[in-house]
Amino acid sequence: MLGGDGKRLKGFDVKVENVSRAFGDFKALDDVSIEIKRGEFFSLLGPSGCGKTTLLRIIAGFDNPDSGSVLLDGKNILHLPPEKRPVNTVFQSYALFPHLSTYENIAFPLRLKKIGEKELDAKVQEYLHLVQLEGHETKKPSMLSGGQRQRVAIARALINEPNVLLLDEPLSALDAKLRQNLLVELDHLHDQIGVTFIYVTHDQSEALSVSDRIAVMNHGKVLQIGEPFEIYENPATDFVARFIGETNLFPAVVRKCVPLHDYFLTTLYIEELESEILVTDYDNLPVGQHVSFTVRPEKMKITTDKPTHVSKDINLFRGIIEEPIYSGFQSKYYVLLDNGTIMKVIQQHANYMDEGPEIEWKEQVYVSWSAEDGYIVEVVDS
Amino acid sequence: MKRERQLGIIYSAPMGLWLTIFFLIPISIIVIYSFLKKGLYGGVEWQFTLKAYQEMFNPAFLKVLWRTLWVSVVATAITLLLALPCGYAMARSRHQIFWLALIIVPFWTNSLIRIYAWIAILSSEGFINELLLSLGIIKESLSLIYNQQAVITVLVYINIPFAILPLFTTIDKFDFQLLEAARDLGATKRKAIFKVLLPSIRSGIITALIFTFIPIFGAYTTPLLVGGKDSYMIGNIIVDQVTKTRNWPLASAFSLIITLLSTLGVIWILVSGMQDKAKGVVK
Repeated sequence: MLGGDGKRLKGFDVKVENVSRAFGDFKALDDVSIEIKRGEFFSLLGPSGCGKTTLLRIIAGFDNPDSGSVLLDGKNILHLPPEKRPVNTVFQSYALFPHLSTYENIAFPLRLKKIGEKELDAKVQEYLHLVQLEGHETKKPSMLSGGQRQRVAIARALINEPNVLLLDEPLSALDAKLRQNLLVELDHLHDQIGVTFIYVTHDQSEALSVSDRIAVMNHGKVLQIGEPFEIYENPATDFVARFIGETNLFPAVVRKCVPLHDYFLTTLYIEELESEILVTDYDNLPVGQHVSFTVRPEKMKITTDKPTHVSKDINLFRGIIEEPIYSGFQSKYYVLLDNGTIMKVIQQHANYMDEGPEIEWKEQVYVSWSAEDGYIVEVVDS
Repeated sequence: MKRERQLGIIYSAPMGLWLTIFFLIPISIIVIYSFLKKGLYGGVEWQFTLKAYQEMFNPAFLKVLWRTLWVSVVATAITLLLALPCGYAMARSRHQIFWLALIIVPFWTNSLIRIYAWIAILSSEGFINELLLSLGIIKESLSLIYNQQAVITVLVYINIPFAILPLFTTIDKFDFQLLEAARDLGATKRKAIFKVLLPSIRSGIITALIFTFIPIFGAYTTPLLVGGKDSYMIGNIIVDQVTKTRNWPLASAFSLIITLLSTLGVIWILVSGMQDKAKGVVK
């Protein structure tokens, strides 16, 4: 889209050190520390009220922490007013100026700098082109579609050539399909311009699909920082496991821990399942330790016939289908096990009529998963 | 469609009737009277003449006209400058109802009584002078009343609610995140207000301007009660011409001038507003 192979702009690394912020009794941020690498697409993920937006506002300069510091490229920026920070924001509601046209909205930061008309026009045209809004210059924000407004907001935030771009749930006001397209565009844009993106979202699938790394937050604390697959496959806490994707999560007690190759084959007793299960783990956990056990629904197998040759490390349960949910590419089943517990199982329909749709309501089924596919999530202090 | 349009005429008929009886007919009478010959003891003689308009060019009258314009502009400007921060603070306050009540309550008292209250405050034995004297800050009473400043002060006081209310309602609807966006994009606090807030609440400012300028321009009681010899305004001339000098055609001509100037002012404000708005788009 743009000339040259190199990245257009320079991204800064961002270091958030022990930042705390309280509103009255409510701790919005509780000793948060995050290191974001230069040029990274970094997501702050968490439910509403987890503190992610507060952190973004602190980086942007609209709020001040009670303690801690924020370093950009090694320099503390907390004493700078928002207009002096090399950071720009794409707001959740876009915050486009209603009295200005698309052109003037994008030109706004340059007009403040009193740049010459010719240079200004060249730059605005360049950014109009970057976000593919040519031909919409004279329209007021009220005449643009949601996706177009979002692009104006992005162009306006980038024209100042910031080193860090903050995005506050920029897709939440759009419908699902548009969201997917814009997410891909955002990813491309990030690759092109090379600015550090800090992306705030409550949507785990958005975060997983575009981020280089993700920080999962809840109640003002960072629970886990990692690449998307780490967060998904190896959640650090119950909350992360539940929040990212769907999962089956049970409290459990360690019964046995046997070394096997480079890991430990652990036997857990799960009260809700009234049975023992097998799971592999890298830690040698003491017998009697309380833990959380999780297994993702898509890692499980569901069959109507009892599997004939079951290897030793397979966990097998019988139940009846309580609720089948067919959604085209996959089916999700709520299976009521014989012991009264409900488990979620997801079956992908990769092949035509791949047994999935044949399983019906109230039918008896067997669910199974390998010891390798389950995880011990959180060691519970007792 | 057509049926609806017919109904529209019926629905708007009472309003049309009202405006015809209480606005168009009086205005027509004023227009006609201004072109007639003055009666000896008031009233008019039915004889066409331009004498009333010739009399208006009396330097004494022109001076008053000029003064009226000046006082109106100054009082309106002060009113708006005070009303803007006031409306802003109200819109951002959590106790909006309380502030609104404070502004509306004085309306329950007759404006004449409120002006007399100002006499009690400003006069030589009034509240301010007594206070300053007792504190020893001044030795002699200041002449705070019966001059231009007193007229402007009271005009501002009387008219400021009419500026605050429309400003408050537009600022209340303003999305304050736009100010954050402006700051984020490099604007200082001041620039954010001038480049984003003020243009966004333009309609409120125009309404406030019209609502204050017109009543101030036609003011009569305030200059009469707290003004001195130097504070006579057009409103006072008209009353004098009707009641004392008994020159009804001249009074009509002055009334017509007030109406025309006000109308022209409003049209000018609206048109220039629309032009500026258009400028924002064209590029």
